[in-house]
Amino acid sequence: MLNFTIRRIILVVLVALTVSVIAFFLVRMSGDLATALAGEDANAQEIADIRKIYGLDRPLIVQYADWLFDALRGDFGESLYFPETVGELVAMRLPTTLLLAFSGLVISLLIGIPFGVISALKPDSWIDRISMSIAVAGQAIPTFWMGLMLMVLFGLILRWTPISGDETWQHFILPAFTLGYYSTPPIMRLTRSGMLEVLSADYIRTAYAKGLQPLRVLFKHALRNAVIPVVALASVQFGHMLSGAIVIESVFAMQGIGYLAWESILRNDIAVIQAILLIVCLFYVGLTFISDLLNAWLDPRIRVS
Amino acid sequence: MSDPSASHQKLDPDKALRSNITRRLFRRMSAHNSILIGGTVLGAIVFMAVFAPLLAPHDPFDQDLSRRLLPPFWMEDNNPKYILGTDNLGRDYLSRLIYGAQISLMIGVCTAVLSGIIGSALGITAGYFGGRTDAVITFIITTRLSMPIVLVALAVVALVGGSLHAVILVLGFLLWDRYAVVMRSATQQARNMDYVSAARAIGCPTWRVVLSEIFPNVVNNLIVIATFEVAHAILLEASLSFLGLGVQPPDPSWGLMIAEGKEFLLFDPWVITIPGVALSILVLAVNMLGDGIRDVSAPENRN
Repeated sequence: MLNFTIRRIILVVLVALTVSVIAFFLVRMSGDLATALAGEDANAQEIADIRKIYGLDRPLIVQYADWLFDALRGDFGESLYFPETVGELVAMRLPTTLLLAFSGLVISLLIGIPFGVISALKPDSWIDRISMSIAVAGQAIPTFWMGLMLMVLFGLILRWTPISGDETWQHFILPAFTLGYYSTPPIMRLTRSGMLEVLSADYIRTAYAKGLQPLRVLFKHALRNAVIPVVALASVQFGHMLSGAIVIESVFAMQGIGYLAWESILRNDIAVIQAILLIVCLFYVGLTFISDLLNAWLDPRIRVS
Repeated sequence: MSDPSASHQKLDPDKALRSNITRRLFRRMSAHNSILIGGTVLGAIVFMAVFAPLLAPHDPFDQDLSRRLLPPFWMEDNNPKYILGTDNLGRDYLSRLIYGAQISLMIGVCTAVLSGIIGSALGITAGYFGGRTDAVITFIITTRLSMPIVLVALAVVALVGGSLHAVILVLGFLLWDRYAVVMRSATQQARNMDYVSAARAIGCPTWRVVLSEIFPNVVNNLIVIATFEVAHAILLEASLSFLGLGVQPPDPSWGLMIAEGKEFLLFDPWVITIPGVALSILVLAVNMLGDGIRDVSAPENRN
């Protein structure tokens, strides 16, 4: 396991570095930073000065190294539109997104696991069909549209929840549900198939045979084993939610990093886009790492391959 | 079999066997059903897209502010000439919906083909050659999986400018991961087959072994992944267009229609309901077709 972990850490660092290269060059290609910084009515001399002051005349590889080392110290440069530095801006907006993604994850686990367990216990029953239709619908309905429809129904017609913003916890109900619903199908499917597999194992038969209470067998023996891959998947899903937040936050006008990313892309605010791209990618890499470790701990065959 | 409460309560083997057979039969039938339903709905939408110029009652780009936001047929004050009403520029909603199907299908299919080519090439190469090649390609796959699709797609589309072609290219270069993963492991299995060793033994060049021995034996995996990627690409295009960085106005992308209707959702929620329902039905049909094909062709991958 230690060997596997070390190999994984090396891989994670390499992937993170590659992703940082992509984040840097991808966004840098999108426009000339000096022209953007100089403003609309700058002449060639001013642009050249700015290029010199900000070190934009140096080779790209040097600029990249510079950017990376600054970024590692938490200095992501200046935004073109906000008075705060990019670091402050992201730190200010990140909690909203993390809270949104976390509540989305909790909702998808709260729907996915119970439905998955029940449909594994009674395959092809009506509850299995209901959970199948939840899964099928969840994969077909576009999240942004579902968010808008929930907004119309619960915000405008029934007036149960606020329509947009992120001031109170009520503001998080609809976005979190929208985000969570999209991740429910994979969690439900994995719970169901895991439970089906575990329930047919010999030790479950033994547990029933020695007269343990069925509920105890279900929770202590079966679910505990079926749920670990689900936790691993949930960790990856959390990353997807951070990325999915860009759509949901735009729909509900929540001031998270997703909305910030969207605004910045529309305005070509390069430093902000780079910072968010890097941070979300690092979250992805970290969460995938956790998920890999969980899977390897669970299934020793993965460790040696 | 997989139902413990049944196995330890009722010990009537005949009954258990019978219920097992019924269950399998039901599975088989429902697989065919989902192919039938998904295929029919998808076929209807494809028909609609192909014959859009004949089917659309009006020009989808024809604006007339004097007839803006006419309600659809189920509401009061509707105009029977515009069955699904008109948008805020007075364009016929039904015609835009019909032409919008072209965009969704085009993006779905082209993206799935492009990413299928990239992913299969990478996956087969990694699986066939193994060793260092495999390590490099696995690393590329891992890196791709660490990049958030929506964010990267938005940034790249902003870079090259939003258009149908840009969306297809960007999504095509982002959605190949599943093909690569599946083709890699399928090729690893096929590589060790006797017929592959035989082909190598009689001196076939590598490209020939890969193309005529390996590829035909792993290609059946493609169709199922391709259907799911079509659905995935359609949803992503809608999201990108909704955020203003996909297909550009005045083209009638369904995602864009939802974005344009967003400001009217207070008084005219049908403006966003109609394209959203269309989008969900299309994705649902594609997914059902994919589920059905998978259940019939490779039932062991069902979960």
